[in-house]
Amino acid sequence: MSRGSRRSAALFGGVGVLLLAGLLPNLSGERKTISFDRPPDEPNFGFDPAVVVGIVGALFVVVAVLTALLPRSASLVRWLRLAAGVSVIPLLLAVSLDLSPSSSTNVVNLLNESLVLSTPLVLGAMTGLWSERSGIINIGIEGMMLSAAGVGFTAYAVLGGAQGTGWLVLSILIAVIMGALAALLLAVLAIRFSVNQIVAGVAINLFALGLTGFLRSQVIVGRGVSIGTPTADFGLPILSSIPVVGDQLFRGKPIYFLTYAVVVATWFVMYRTPWGLRVRAAGENPHAAETLGVDVIRIRYQSVILGGLIAGLAGAWFSMETQARFEDNMTNAAGFIALAALIFGKWTPWGAAAGAVLFGFARALGSRLQILNVSIGDFEIPSEFFQSLPFIVTIVVVAGALGRAVPPAAEGRPFHPSK
Amino acid sequence: MTSDPDNLNQRIDRAGGRVRAAVLETFRLQPLLIPFYALVLAVLIGGVLIALVGVNPFEAYWALLRGMFGNGDRLAGSIARSVPFIGSALALAFAFRAGLFNIGAEGQLLVGGVLAAWVGTWAWIADVPGFFAVVLMVLAGLMGGAFWGGIPGVLRAKTGAHEVISTIMLNSIALFFIRWMVNSRNPVVLRDVASTVPRTEPVADNALLPKIVDSSPPVHFGLFLLIGASVLAAFILNRTIFGFEVATVGANADAATYAGMNVNRVIIVVMAVSGSFAGLSGASEVAGTAGFFQPGFFLAMGFDGIAIALLARVNPYAIIPAALLWGSMLNGASLMQQEADVSVDVVRIIQALVLLFVAADAIVRYVFRVKVVEDTYGSVLRGSSGA
Amino acid sequence: MSDGAEARTARSPVLELSGITKTFPGVIANDDISFTLNEGEIHCLLGENGAGKSTLMNVVFGLYQPNSGTIRVRGQEVSFESSADAIARGIGMVHQHFQLVSVFTVTENVMLGDEVTKGGGLVLDTDRARQRIREVSQLYGLNVDPDARVGDLSVGEQQRVELVKALFRDADILVLDEPTAVLTPGEVDEFFGVVRNLVDQGKSIVFITHKLREVLAVADRITVIRNGKVAGDADPGVATQQSLANLMVGRDVVFQVEKSPASPGGVAAKVEHLRVDDERGLRAVDDLSFEVRAGEIFGVAGVQGNGQRELVEAMTGMRPIVSGRVEMLGQDVTSARPRRIAELGVGHIPEDRSRHGLVTEFSITDNLVLNRYHHAPFARRFIRQRGAMAEHALELVQQFDVRTPGVDVEVGTLSGGNQQKVIVARELSRNIRVLVVAQPTRGLDVGSIEFIHQQIIALRDEGGAVLLVSAELDEILSLADRIGVLFRGRLAGTFDAADATREQLGYLMATGGELTAEQAP
Repeated sequence: MSRGSRRSAALFGGVGVLLLAGLLPNLSGERKTISFDRPPDEPNFGFDPAVVVGIVGALFVVVAVLTALLPRSASLVRWLRLAAGVSVIPLLLAVSLDLSPSSSTNVVNLLNESLVLSTPLVLGAMTGLWSERSGIINIGIEGMMLSAAGVGFTAYAVLGGAQGTGWLVLSILIAVIMGALAALLLAVLAIRFSVNQIVAGVAINLFALGLTGFLRSQVIVGRGVSIGTPTADFGLPILSSIPVVGDQLFRGKPIYFLTYAVVVATWFVMYRTPWGLRVRAAGENPHAAETLGVDVIRIRYQSVILGGLIAGLAGAWFSMETQARFEDNMTNAAGFIALAALIFGKWTPWGAAAGAVLFGFARALGSRLQILNVSIGDFEIPSEFFQSLPFIVTIVVVAGALGRAVPPAAEGRPFHPSK
Repeated sequence: MTSDPDNLNQRIDRAGGRVRAAVLETFRLQPLLIPFYALVLAVLIGGVLIALVGVNPFEAYWALLRGMFGNGDRLAGSIARSVPFIGSALALAFAFRAGLFNIGAEGQLLVGGVLAAWVGTWAWIADVPGFFAVVLMVLAGLMGGAFWGGIPGVLRAKTGAHEVISTIMLNSIALFFIRWMVNSRNPVVLRDVASTVPRTEPVADNALLPKIVDSSPPVHFGLFLLIGASVLAAFILNRTIFGFEVATVGANADAATYAGMNVNRVIIVVMAVSGSFAGLSGASEVAGTAGFFQPGFFLAMGFDGIAIALLARVNPYAIIPAALLWGSMLNGASLMQQEADVSVDVVRIIQALVLLFVAADAIVRYVFRVKVVEDTYGSVLRGSSGA
Repeated sequence: MSDGAEARTARSPVLELSGITKTFPGVIANDDISFTLNEGEIHCLLGENGAGKSTLMNVVFGLYQPNSGTIRVRGQEVSFESSADAIARGIGMVHQHFQLVSVFTVTENVMLGDEVTKGGGLVLDTDRARQRIREVSQLYGLNVDPDARVGDLSVGEQQRVELVKALFRDADILVLDEPTAVLTPGEVDEFFGVVRNLVDQGKSIVFITHKLREVLAVADRITVIRNGKVAGDADPGVATQQSLANLMVGRDVVFQVEKSPASPGGVAAKVEHLRVDDERGLRAVDDLSFEVRAGEIFGVAGVQGNGQRELVEAMTGMRPIVSGRVEMLGQDVTSARPRRIAELGVGHIPEDRSRHGLVTEFSITDNLVLNRYHHAPFARRFIRQRGAMAEHALELVQQFDVRTPGVDVEVGTLSGGNQQKVIVARELSRNIRVLVVAQPTRGLDVGSIEFIHQQIIALRDEGGAVLLVSAELDEILSLADRIGVLFRGRLAGTFDAADATREQLGYLMATGGELTAEQAP
């Protein structure tokens, strides 16, 4: 048995035993409820958290045993491992409910919250995907988003006093373009000047912090506009009429819904079009692409800027959709979490999106647990713990708890065309 | 021949060029040209930005300069503000030699600072001779930083996790965790219940670093500690066998394995040492400037350190003047805000521009016609990211 | 020599180069070269490593812009801005190092840049592309699976993909750069068959090589390049290996290395039932056992990719061993780290000099102490001694004839031959009793090759044990005292050099001998 699977079996086994022997006996024994809608008359179903803990604990132990016995690549083991990973979610919910004075929680709107909160992460992951697949490491996603959020809201405030749908749409457009401009800067630094791509990304982030701070204190505050009208909620036709879930899942804001389209479009363009093929070639083996007449330099510029447009949309989400205002450092490391999601997803569109949703869930869960006032005995778990949850999850993911990821082969290396 | 005016101009030009070249040679200033010109260019652009919001740039810059060095108190304040940046810049610079990006100075100095603050409040510290008390606090800072820096090092060595992400995540985790420890009233972890503002208890008086100039903020012994740290960093990197291992791992990890070096061990030690530099800054601020730990003091200290390190082209010696410049600008910015009504963020924009221009030095070279000279560390700023 | 050579020389030129000059900073790679390719011929461009052949063909293919000179394709003067232009004119090139994207399928690799589309050019039409690839491969007898992942293919299959790539674009002028470097002697013959078939179908071929045997076997015409200039033409009907070699190098070349018979002593290095895996977890070395004695050179022959790299890395502590035993100078070093093995007195000249053997950004001085930097006199306590290192470097550079302006220059600026000499200098100046050396003369000029061969023989004559791993059969035959053939991680046979013949070794390299057709690809 290889070292990796020994570690894996130990990990799963340890967790399983901990759940069964350590946690199970200490549960409160109260029955809790999972509900699917807001009160009153919400459909729900009661359950005993102990049952959930028991099942998940047993699952982990089974995975540990099978990992030890079966060869590494057995697909049964892989599926069970995935199931165990996913089962952590209901586990966390059950345990939190148990530790909370509340007796029920609405899981449908928890799902919706996760999806909505993951919007900038998904968009940021797509930004990173376009850039890195073409061969340019992108640490500057954060800066692209932040500068777009700042410039966009500044435009909104200056043009319309942060009111007016027309100005809002225009400002969102401006945010998108600002994202592309920041991306252009990264591209120029990395491609034209062969600057170390990580340094270039850090420079973009610093520049965004300075620029947006300046805009806020000098322009926005100067205008006395601190908050305005964000994008409006609306319901998707047909889908939002579905009983129970329709109102919760299919009602939302434009950028959020657009994000789904962005992911699908990214997948399609990257894997089903000639341009997408060339982008991927530029990131894996640019010299090979060059010998076939592909203009690698131009492809990289195009790809990075496309990513920037998407980052701009994410920035607009921060300052004009969730609410219409701009705070210093509003993006709060979302760009870096998006990067982690990209790595988690092994640089594929669906994988990255899934990773981003996972992180969004961590964030939503964090605030939900705060609402539930989860406490262990007399000790009330502090809000800071929940706030740090997404970051801890990110490290665990990046440390390869879920397997090592291989980036595009030519990533990070400046391309010098033959002359 | 001498009566021909064009020819005369040419000869003056050439003579001037020769003098310039001679001066540069003698004082080994060539590598400093780029950062200098980058600053000039950034200041110019900053001036344009200031003008765009309706303020006279000369007025603004004059206020800035006076805020930086205008009088004794201002000068001392500038120096004092610069001191902690040295540590966070060293954190990046040291790791950079091994091809590692330690963006975690922020978290590392928080952990170092809070650990030092905690040690300084131990009951028996007040009874111990001052020297030992101070040493203990500094040691705590070093160890805290080393621990928080070592974690991403271990992750990188054992799992290949890229330290850029793990250090950034650890920054936030440190901030939340420490904020809780300092804020929490129930249970009380580190909070000084007697204070209305969330902070730790003040450390024992004999554990404080001696002050040199009682300005605001004060210049204290931490200045010497951090300058000493720079010198030590340069010495380690340039003269020791460990430094050679660090450079080899950063340049070519495969060759390092061939050469018999233990690449994983180097990575972990480098990250820990680099974290300890940041931890030293944290401890120095607690033991010298404030006397207690308050999370808010340290915001952006880590991130700025990155820019300073890059500005100094990751040369430990150059970090000292670069940090001085940076801290002074931040110190002077408040006067600029007061008098010229220009946001302090302009200084931040100038700083970002300087970083941009130093990194993309081709721009500066083109504008100012500077020739390429590679300094010892300059080449690491190019191309891909080492180990 | 191929049939119908006389008939072909009367054909019209499809490619004419006149006065092509291409310079890079500090070096004139091509100096006023003129060259003509006639229709339907196989024209060999011969020259030693570094002579400028690849550069010339990169100019033809549009990857480089010449400083001066003209190119005519079928009588029309052309100017190529990029390889797209060259491809459009019917020129295809198979590079020495394959230009393939290993994570893509064959279809994606072949299509790249000239994609087959539907839906108004927006969407990839993989089915039609696949179809076309099958047609091309059938027409030219190049069997490829369009859906295979290129990274999983064997070297021979990858080469076929490269050819299909060119033919997919209707290339009728094909430039093949050192195509046989990665093939077994048997595969080389097969390859010549493919090439002749292409010519019969109307293609014209430029065949770049430094292998004299092959030139005489397949060329219709020969042009020899030396130091960037055309050194002369040769008629394959009349030329001999000796005459070609002399033309290539500019002086009389000695083919056989002078060496006295070996007088082997005790066992110095031993592997027993060694099993080693590669990065993907596949078994690369499979139950391998052999010995090397003091005072002898044991040559391990075999085509690249049969476990040589893993074997050498396992023996020098750079790769973990699955099972078995490695012994060096009487000590068990099976799980030892590189430092311990080196300090026992084992030298290692690695296969990939710029990746393992040198740090290209460091100075020659630093590279010369790369694995000894922590010992006296180069370090005292933990502080490095600059003076001692400089003295050491100056001495070695002189002793080993390393051509360099100084010892503080970056080793990456040296030529391949001089870089290798730095590594050789470093290892041989240590007190070593065993030398493990892999592909020592790959990509080197004749002068450096001769020098390094002499050094290896000298070590052996002093009583050192040498394990020489090489894909160049000639090198093995001229240096080794005993020879083993590595095939799929196993020893397919061991002989005394005196008893071994080229045919026998070639057969073993290609088939593994007892390992019969069942196990063949």
